[in-house]
Amino acid sequence: MADNVLAVTDDTFEAEVLKSDLPALVDFWASWCGPCRAIGPVVEELAEEYAGKVKVAKLNVDESPKTPGQYGIRAIPTLIMFKNGEVVDQITGAVSKSHIESALQKMI
Amino acid sequence: MEARELVIVGGGPAGLTAGLYAARARLDAVLIERLSPGGQMLTTDMVENWPGDLEAVSGFDLSDRMRKHAQHFGLEIVNNEVSAIAIDGEHKIINTPKGDIRCKALILCPGASPRKLGVPGEAELTGKGVSYCGTCDGPFYREQEVACVGGGDTAAEEALFLTKFAKKVFLIHRRDQLRATGILAERVMQNDKIEVLWSQAPLAFQGEKGVESVRIRRLKDNSEYDLAVQGAFVFVGTVPNTQFLDGLVEMDGQGFIITDKKQETSLPGVFAAGDCCAKILRQIVTAAGDGATAAFAAQRYLEE
Repeated sequence: MADNVLAVTDDTFEAEVLKSDLPALVDFWASWCGPCRAIGPVVEELAEEYAGKVKVAKLNVDESPKTPGQYGIRAIPTLIMFKNGEVVDQITGAVSKSHIESALQKMI
Repeated sequence: MEARELVIVGGGPAGLTAGLYAARARLDAVLIERLSPGGQMLTTDMVENWPGDLEAVSGFDLSDRMRKHAQHFGLEIVNNEVSAIAIDGEHKIINTPKGDIRCKALILCPGASPRKLGVPGEAELTGKGVSYCGTCDGPFYREQEVACVGGGDTAAEEALFLTKFAKKVFLIHRRDQLRATGILAERVMQNDKIEVLWSQAPLAFQGEKGVESVRIRRLKDNSEYDLAVQGAFVFVGTVPNTQFLDGLVEMDGQGFIITDKKQETSLPGVFAAGDCCAKILRQIVTAAGDGATAAFAAQRYLEE
């Protein structure tokens, strides 16, 4: 995992994402999900390009099932954009970089 | 502008095989993939019909092996996205957000994506119970009841996969027999957790925060009812990922690219391989075959 992508868990989610000063993008993933791995390099690239503007985090739904449950996640990969603790956008499936980028642009 | 002899667009089995052959032919080639290499193999649980692998191999592992194989012989793979392609005399210009690439020969392997049903509630509930990938989302349905739509190989394979998690899988199929290949149809019929709803079609996906039921029509008498399920998986064929070509090469009415026996399209020096092509069988093995042919034909084209 690239240095710019922060691994968050059920325990750290509130402090790192909901109370983050920066807008945050959280990638909900699991090791058994092929498209999650497919989208990995795109998320890492965005983390690098948006460093200082957007906090990019990954949450493993197997290790931390509580948080995806709270957000009603029943499909992965799911990317959720948070601003001031609120959900501002949600993307499901392995989509292209430009698709994620347009969502990020709206948030910053 | 970056210049290459050959550009391969897409890194599924067609593109990776084309890349392997191009690398071994010592062509100056680059493969462009927008995600990680593998294509639809990445959403395939187990591949049982890849010749030589009697022990079923996971789609993810096969993707990885094909990528490593091509790279071992020197193929360059870059993570980038093709936005459009233009023609400049004998050269093809590939537009990407990271700059343009000029090449003499081009192999298009953009693949295909799951077809949507186009019924009410489908778009709204996608990711909230409506899914096109059992291997991604199946584990969210442990001990729940789900519906699966379709009757082909993918629908049969995915329904079987979903029985590992769901306590009951309803397979909704519009005909009175499965189209899936014999061995898969047999397994579906023998599985106690699968109930096939013959000659029925989904009309809508219903639910507030997530899927709660599927509205179904019995095609024999046109009666309707609601089937209570927590998830609905749709496997009703594929659509080609050829929109970005904007009619550059000849396609059939559904957008599949028309090629000849050399995998060449209507434009000289532009080849196509894999699921994006108009053909009767879309499998990993046929995609790999197309890719090898396209790379060989591209080499011939470059030599002329």
